[in-house]
Amino acid sequence: MNDSASTILELSDVVRTFSVSRGIFKKKTKLHAVSGVSLSVQKGQVWGLVGESGCGKSTLAMMILGLLPATSGRITVNEKALHQWHQRNLSRLIQPVFQDPYSSLNPRKTIGQIVGLPLRVHEIGSKEDQCKKVKEMLEMVGLSPRAYDSYPNQLSGGQRQRVAVARALIMRPQIVLCDEPTSALDVSVQSQILNLLIDFRQKLDLTYLLISHNLAVVEHMATHIAVMYLGRIVEMADTDSLFANPRHPYTRALLKSVLLPEPGKRVTDPNLGLEFPNPFDLPTGCKFHPRCSEAMPVCRITAPDAATSPGGYVECHLYSETSTQDRNIDHSKEIA
Amino acid sequence: MKPLDCLEIKNLTVTFPLSAGTLWAVNDVSFTLARGETLGIVGESGCGKSMTAMAIMNLLPQAAQLQATGLTFNGQELTALNESEMSDIRGNRMAMIFQEPMTSLNPAFTVGAQLMEAILRHRKVKKSEARERALYLLEKVGITAAASRLRQYPHELSGGLRQRVMIAMALMCSPDLIIADEPTTALDVTIQAQILHLLTEIQREFEMTVIMITHDLGVVANVTDRVAVMYAGRIVETGLVSQLFESPQHPYTQKLLDCIPVPGKTKRGSYLGSIPGRVPSLIGDLSGCSFANRCSFCTDECLNNDPPWHQIGSQRGYLCWRNPEQISPYKGQGVSL
Ligand SMILES: Nc1ncnc2c1ncn2[C@@H]1O[C@H](COP(=O)(O)OP(=O)(O)OP(=O)(O)O)[C@@H](O)[C@H]1O
Ligand SMILES: Nc1ncnc2c1ncn2[C@@H]1O[C@H](COP(=O)(O)OP(=O)(O)O)[C@@H](O)[C@H]1O
Ligand code: SF4
Ligand code: SF4
Ligand SMILES: [Mg+2]
Ligand SMILES: [Mg+2]
Repeated sequence: MNDSASTILELSDVVRTFSVSRGIFKKKTKLHAVSGVSLSVQKGQVWGLVGESGCGKSTLAMMILGLLPATSGRITVNEKALHQWHQRNLSRLIQPVFQDPYSSLNPRKTIGQIVGLPLRVHEIGSKEDQCKKVKEMLEMVGLSPRAYDSYPNQLSGGQRQRVAVARALIMRPQIVLCDEPTSALDVSVQSQILNLLIDFRQKLDLTYLLISHNLAVVEHMATHIAVMYLGRIVEMADTDSLFANPRHPYTRALLKSVLLPEPGKRVTDPNLGLEFPNPFDLPTGCKFHPRCSEAMPVCRITAPDAATSPGGYVECHLYSETSTQDRNIDHSKEIA
Repeated sequence: MKPLDCLEIKNLTVTFPLSAGTLWAVNDVSFTLARGETLGIVGESGCGKSMTAMAIMNLLPQAAQLQATGLTFNGQELTALNESEMSDIRGNRMAMIFQEPMTSLNPAFTVGAQLMEAILRHRKVKKSEARERALYLLEKVGITAAASRLRQYPHELSGGLRQRVMIAMALMCSPDLIIADEPTTALDVTIQAQILHLLTEIQREFEMTVIMITHDLGVVANVTDRVAVMYAGRIVETGLVSQLFESPQHPYTQKLLDCIPVPGKTKRGSYLGSIPGRVPSLIGDLSGCSFANRCSFCTDECLNNDPPWHQIGSQRGYLCWRNPEQISPYKGQGVSL
């Protein structure tokens, strides 16, 4: 956050709400998908973004890609606000790789056309140059030259995901945003794609944002991790600190839920209870309190401020400097 | 079949006659399950896990053809039963939990109606007893305010709650055998841990036998006693869960373990193990080893002749041309390659 020269992506207090009608005669309600996210990404870092389904990861991703406007807040890429970028130029800089290699590739186009599309859109090089570039790219992602004239349905899931990686990298972007890039793949194929991402990170000097629900994958890939809960980043830290010393009760539950491929242990209950977060009806105070085993009276009333922690911050009253007093006051109220 | 065995599968084969030839979905699969045991069936997409389960439940698709020298459940030969005898057993003595609960929950009926129907179909019990059992089991699977849940429709519940209802429904008749096919694959990791914790507790309490089908080696390691690794329709290795992770014998099992990052063990950002190529087509003549095109130890023999089964003691075995002496000790997961 200090060395602004290498800050490649910066989010400050980014908010996105959706207006949704929940029934034919019902009034539209506001759904808070992302509520105040700040994040500063330095060149060369790999940020893992984790959190349960519906917590806002993909919404955040769409905003960073410029595909969905933020309701409020500010996103800057290379120190220029997102709205000042032409979408065309932005997409040269940031490219996505999505989860589903089946639906994200146009079934009526050949692989050569799919991977070469950005070159045509940006009118880079002659037709021959473009063809050569695409073939080089296909080779780099480990696809045979035959793939050039194939259609997506003629390829396996893993090969399709290689195509998605090739399409993302053909413009030599600086940031690659991967949204569950390997979730639909078998482990033997997952490792091939992860190896590819590892390889290109070094070769092409890339910065990654990696959204994944597989914490083992995130631990392997990421230099930093941001944990999201109901639209907010509730804890962030460098990967080692987060795994060695998870501070937020939700982060702890998340890590406790990871099933290591090592026999002899039993599955333990992460102690989250049965409450399920409802984005239409957010809890007061700390949004995690209905599921938190360490919730205190103050948690139901006041949202916690961020407390700095090694390599990041945590949003939880257990760590806020001023809260010891508050806790007692609220507690006494509760008893009375 | 020993008296304590719950299930014995002998030479199970499931094929689909396609215009391009015969598709061998399950190919000569045999295993036994002791009462109270949890068997994990692990393998990649398309390797025949679900079809094995469907064959046991007699729920195979119309086009499927089944052959077996034996499918024995509680001493009873399943292949000799007609559909009505089989449906007496299904949902009653053996039950299934699917990945997507909505495949077995009917959106048009309340949770209560479906739970009660699960027992009323098989047992002569009063409606009030059925309702009581439904309430008891909803509480058992950790659902609070169970009485009001009975009146809710499946779509009113979160994914995790629906999976709990599915488990309760599977338990309505206290089955001896539960087959769970990727029961937590669609769920968040925290909900997965809750559900698997619950399943293992309930299994112990009710002394049920469980087949846990999954592609997740973390799930296998944490919930099963014994594992069968499937590849291209065949079981290529079996063993106690500890044996399988400590000393995998089959090249495929070894490679599979090398593919997954293990937090705290695998060096961050290092290349992971991988298996080149892809699963072969299961159509037509499949002689030779099905892993041959991806195996670094492949010889001419592997390409031309079916590999033999090596049985090591009573619990272990693997399907490969390599003898136990030829296999170097596994260096362990996460060790840099
Ligand atoms: N109705 C069908 N018609 C033709 N082939 C089928 C049919 N159902 C399954 N198969 C084939 O049988 C093989 C085994 O299928 P099965 O569903 O058991 O795999 P699986 O291991 O459970 O896969 P996944 O993890 O993707 O569910 C596959 O090659 C599949 O394509
Ligand atoms: N276009 C939309 N209209 C209405 N609600 C949306 C839309 N996109 C996302 N949401 C809602 O925003 C929340 C966050 O969604 P998303 O970012 O897709 O979650 P994730 O990717 O973490 O699963 C969810 O409750 C989701 O249903
Ligand atoms: S602020 Fe309170 S409820 Fe929220 S995570 Fe911390 S202890 Fe739990
Ligand atoms: S039989 Fe041959 S090809 Fe098959 S797994 Fe064994 S060594 Fe590899
Ligand atoms: Mg998403
Ligand atoms: Mg399946």
